[in-house]
Amino acid sequence: MTETRRFRVFRFKRGDRGPHLDEFDVPVTARTTLFDAMRWIQFNRDPSLALRHSCLHASCGTCGVRANGREVLMCVTAVHDLGREITVEPIANIPVLTDLVVDMTEFYARFPEEHPLVRESGFDLGAEASEGVATYQRYEDCIECGLCLSACPVVATTDRYVGPGALAWAQRILEEPRDEDVLSVRDWADDPDGAWRCHAAFECTEACPSNVNPAARIMQLRGTLLGPRLTSREMPR
Amino acid sequence: MNAPAARTSGSHVLIVGGGGTGGALAHDLTLRGVKVTLVERGEVTSGTTGRHHGLLHSGARYAVGDQESAIECIEENTILRRICPGSFEENDGLFVAITDEDMEYLEPLLKGCADCGIPTETLTPDEALRLEPLLNPDLKAAVRIPDATMDAMRMPLRFFATAKHGGAEIHSYMEVKDLIVHDHVVSGAVVQDHVTGKEGEVRADIVVNATGPWSEQIASMAGVDVPIRPSPGVLVALQGRLCNMVINRMHRSGDGDIVVPQRALSIVGTSSWTVDDPDDLGVPEDHVQRMYEEGAKLIPAVKQAEFRAAWSAARPLIGSRGQADTGRELSRTFKTYDHRESDGVEGFVTITGGKGTTLRVMAELCADVICAKLGIDAECRTRDTVLLPHEAYYAA
Repeated sequence: MTETRRFRVFRFKRGDRGPHLDEFDVPVTARTTLFDAMRWIQFNRDPSLALRHSCLHASCGTCGVRANGREVLMCVTAVHDLGREITVEPIANIPVLTDLVVDMTEFYARFPEEHPLVRESGFDLGAEASEGVATYQRYEDCIECGLCLSACPVVATTDRYVGPGALAWAQRILEEPRDEDVLSVRDWADDPDGAWRCHAAFECTEACPSNVNPAARIMQLRGTLLGPRLTSREMPR
Repeated sequence: MNAPAARTSGSHVLIVGGGGTGGALAHDLTLRGVKVTLVERGEVTSGTTGRHHGLLHSGARYAVGDQESAIECIEENTILRRICPGSFEENDGLFVAITDEDMEYLEPLLKGCADCGIPTETLTPDEALRLEPLLNPDLKAAVRIPDATMDAMRMPLRFFATAKHGGAEIHSYMEVKDLIVHDHVVSGAVVQDHVTGKEGEVRADIVVNATGPWSEQIASMAGVDVPIRPSPGVLVALQGRLCNMVINRMHRSGDGDIVVPQRALSIVGTSSWTVDDPDDLGVPEDHVQRMYEEGAKLIPAVKQAEFRAAWSAARPLIGSRGQADTGRELSRTFKTYDHRESDGVEGFVTITGGKGTTLRVMAELCADVICAKLGIDAECRTRDTVLLPHEAYYAA
């Protein structure tokens, strides 16, 4: 059964004095995702609408937007969960390139140098690994979508804070080094604009579509950084 | 927008299409000293490349019916692991026989793999269940093959990153509206820049059509035809990692015959039909149901797994109109068309067909054709050049 929802979509082209919102009425069904709706606009109303997407199944992390102020991935967000009128904007705290597309250069610039993609699977369910396979592997949970950066209230106030995604990544390296330079990662995180800038709002964990739980990881990271300082203090005479 | 400066020496190639093929070609040509501009109407890999289930093919799926493709796959499988270290879940894969009919495929599969140089190991049901405890306990046999899992966007992104750092200009959100053609010579493209909203031109010595399922649309702008049938299939992503190895059904290609793990998700695929318009695929509900049914024959837990997403992706299959109804009959190989030879149109080349796994060799053979046309004597270096990490694509 098809009904219509009204979308207010953020529009901005380089050279415009400022952004504006365009309104579109889009036919939707129970199965329509926010990606489907934006694509419908692009193909049936305005081919100049720029959208970022790739995998369509929450694996590439490219389709992040804010829908009615909340960070979501378009491809796995059902329109009928969003209300009768839906405002769609790019994610926050990262420069807008065009319309709903942000320039991820700023996102990646915050990460520590080490960026190993593959980790131990942890989903072995008591399985043996295949002969010739030392241990089952899988990709890190983080899909680099930037929703955590968008949701973080501290990132909204300053460019200098590296932000939850990068800190969670650092903590993952400390949890499972994989030949990375652990000391340099710890030094990178142990900074007023690193692990110590977080205010524990936990908005990042709320926004993360991939179970990274960045806020909890930042807390663990702080424990890791603090531990050696406490144990190395000399006891007073 | 910035049109490239007029060149009095040195050749300039414009690649239309920012999928895996375009990215790999930009990288190959850049290594050969050719100036490259690539234009893609959306985000790179957003057309069809980024949508596949992430299988790094061993080629075993083609070893019986399409040996040319099978050999291409196993060779590239080895090369990609070498040039993209750290980009794969290297857990191997299994072909699993569920029925007596499946068991009739065992011998042809083993022989086909042997013929194509694909290493295999035959396992008993117990051995298979020790490796993958969630497999259908009624399985009759399993064959281990060197499948692996990739991130369908991030692996190709390494080609783009390396090309960009090598000097190629990669313009996403730049859509080709028309080709510039005079007297059967293609000399560039008219583009709409969706970043600025403005129209412009890009001039080049050779324009390459690397648009996959959209190959015909771009080719028609030059007045030529390429026999591409967009052939979509449905894929379903389920919550939960139900296997570590890639699990394939031991029978001829059919619906729902593969489960690919990806992070904490399991991707069940796929189906096959043909369409005329690659922008209008749809997601047929009965295909989604079929994924659950067929996937559950391999891994029963599929039936109860929570839904994450269902989508369609179009394969660019080479085959003339009137041939094949479902697309499964068409070969998965690839082809370069030099349109001077086939259509008397100069300055225009199409590279199409292929699979995610074969992006590098598609680019190699296409780059050979392009360099021959340009009179450039430069060998391919992509077999052994380790690529930059994907995040380098976004580095300033």
